[in-house]
Amino acid sequence: MIDALGTPQRILLLGGSSEIGLAVVRGLLPRDRTADVVLAGRDEVALSRVAKEFPADQVRVRMLAFDAADIASHRDVAATAWEDGDVDIVVFAFGVLGDQATLIEDPEAAAALITVNQTGAVSMGLHVALRMRAQGHGHIIALSSIAAERARPANFIYGASKAGFDAFFDGLGYHLSPHGVTVSIVRPGFVRTRMTADLEVPPLASMPSDISDAAVRALGRTGARYPTIAHRALGFALRLAPRSVVRRLP
Amino acid sequence: MTIIGPVRKSLIGWGRTAPSTAMVVQPNAADEAARLLQGPLSGRAVAFRGLGRAYGDAAQSAGGTVIETTRMTRVVDLDVDTGILRAEAGLSIDALLRHVVPAGWFIPVTPGTRMVTLGGAVAADIHGKNHHRDGSIGAHVKSLRLITPDGAAKELARGAPLFDATLGGMGLTGLIVEVTLQLLRISSAYMRVETSRARGLDALMSTLDEHDRRYRYSVAWIDCLRSSGPLGRGVVTSGDHVEEDHLRGRQADTPLSFDPRVRLRAPAGMPSRLLNRTSVRAFNEVWFRRAPAAPCSTIEHASAFFHPLDSVADWNRIYGRSGFVQYQYVVPFGAEDMVHRSIRLLADAGTASFLAVLKRFGRQGSGLLSFPMPGWTLALDIPIRPGLVDLLARLDRLVLEAGGRLYLAKDARMPRSMLESGYPELERFRAIRRELDPERRIETDLSRRLDL
Repeated sequence: MIDALGTPQRILLLGGSSEIGLAVVRGLLPRDRTADVVLAGRDEVALSRVAKEFPADQVRVRMLAFDAADIASHRDVAATAWEDGDVDIVVFAFGVLGDQATLIEDPEAAAALITVNQTGAVSMGLHVALRMRAQGHGHIIALSSIAAERARPANFIYGASKAGFDAFFDGLGYHLSPHGVTVSIVRPGFVRTRMTADLEVPPLASMPSDISDAAVRALGRTGARYPTIAHRALGFALRLAPRSVVRRLP
Repeated sequence: MTIIGPVRKSLIGWGRTAPSTAMVVQPNAADEAARLLQGPLSGRAVAFRGLGRAYGDAAQSAGGTVIETTRMTRVVDLDVDTGILRAEAGLSIDALLRHVVPAGWFIPVTPGTRMVTLGGAVAADIHGKNHHRDGSIGAHVKSLRLITPDGAAKELARGAPLFDATLGGMGLTGLIVEVTLQLLRISSAYMRVETSRARGLDALMSTLDEHDRRYRYSVAWIDCLRSSGPLGRGVVTSGDHVEEDHLRGRQADTPLSFDPRVRLRAPAGMPSRLLNRTSVRAFNEVWFRRAPAAPCSTIEHASAFFHPLDSVADWNRIYGRSGFVQYQYVVPFGAEDMVHRSIRLLADAGTASFLAVLKRFGRQGSGLLSFPMPGWTLALDIPIRPGLVDLLARLDRLVLEAGGRLYLAKDARMPRSMLESGYPELERFRAIRRELDPERRIETDLSRRLDL
């Protein structure tokens, strides 16, 4: 159960080795008592490494095999994550970025990316939603992207997957609200992580801790959030920009 | 009569924090409640709720069914000669007083509000301004009628093991449906009240010490914000019931009249920042100066002496949307230094605690999870602000080091470690719960959060 000051007892991170996801989890963990974290991901080695980075006297870490593309496995993943009791916060942080130039020439790879980022999110999102609805309390934090707001030439396949991800969680908020569960969507712009290490750093770039701050601020409030007001303005502008402008964006 | 509900509702405590959703149902009588408990219930657990004055999450159950007792309010029997009252557990102290005061009786223990049910009062083993003399309400309860998780009704006399698990047991042993209480004889509804200022904490504590020997009721309001000058200045208010023949004028005409009115209603939608350091500092100054410079004695109606906040309906809304927490600790006599340090901590943090109350407690209650112990208790409201988690963690450490504990009826955030260290009978309570309710049909957000 989350307490009156927003201190959770158990957090599930889907995308257990995601840098942004881990930053969000660290931002939510209490400093004055122990808590449970369930790290769900594909790469066991990476999960083990990450698990060791939590202070052992403060955080009990469980690792869970989770493949977003393996839709049939999601029911059991949710069941296992809930084995020890109520889950207070679930962070949806899994996703692949892909390389637009490669994806254009490889429809199967593009479809696989959609399966991970969007289909996997809807499937796992609903398993989580059903359990939280039965709990009568809980918070979902969905890491979307500014790419979800408007298709851009540079990354529209990734953008399409996040657009579907974003709309799903946005709508899920309506469904879960009468059941005492909130859904917060955080839309980062460019974030400096391993995943973006090879890319050119644009203006308004964030660190994972900035996203974590936005997520902590968003906790308990259904709706979409941005890392800063500038990002919110950028998202708004992107949505309304004419094609002639979008065509020229980096 | 048909049962009202179940209706899905978002439930919160008096601090207006940590909501959760449950199906709420309101039976009209004990037998209806028993039938509900015997049958299948929607959701994953059941919990019980009176008037929802617990500050935290004691009377809500995420994903479960909550049985509200507010329609079970019958006075079953009042013996006007012995003052023994038997009533349904949904009867509020407000309704009880309106019924018994005209007959010359008073409730033996009352908290700062009349808006709690008898069942809630027993489940929280409430204490009042007379704890140093008369103990908590459990000492005055002759018997309880409890419906256990299997749906069976049990009559429990004071002293029975299940009685002691239920007293202060936060509604976790079953639904209390009837309470038999020994009332206090009075000849008027008025109180002789002595009010005196104390310039600092030492003076406050020694005044309380002295007053507890002379008066039945005593409590101190304490200024927790002022960090300059002597720490912990405050006002001690002490009193006794007044004999009818000491009254004059209009009071003497209707000595046992008890009909307090709500004078104000706090509006909804108050801004969260209304109670801040500046406004609370201003309030504290006015409140301190309002008390006469020299001790003085007045006659007050019991409702003004015991329940001043009840004249403002929904006063908890003053804290705005983000709500507030109540933090109440007790530490044993001998830990006066800890009380000093805790108030110093609060003053330095600039925490705008609007209502800070200090009192001396008497003996421990017989409930396994009863809160009071002989010592000092400090209760404060704190609006939710950044940095509160750390401040309360530091207060926790002080309480822990002094061998004290926190009150479950006020709690909305204590770590499990504070529960385990503060309540030596916790394991015995848990064992009784396991035996009584092996499938854990009864669960509140509090019991889930603290593993009660």
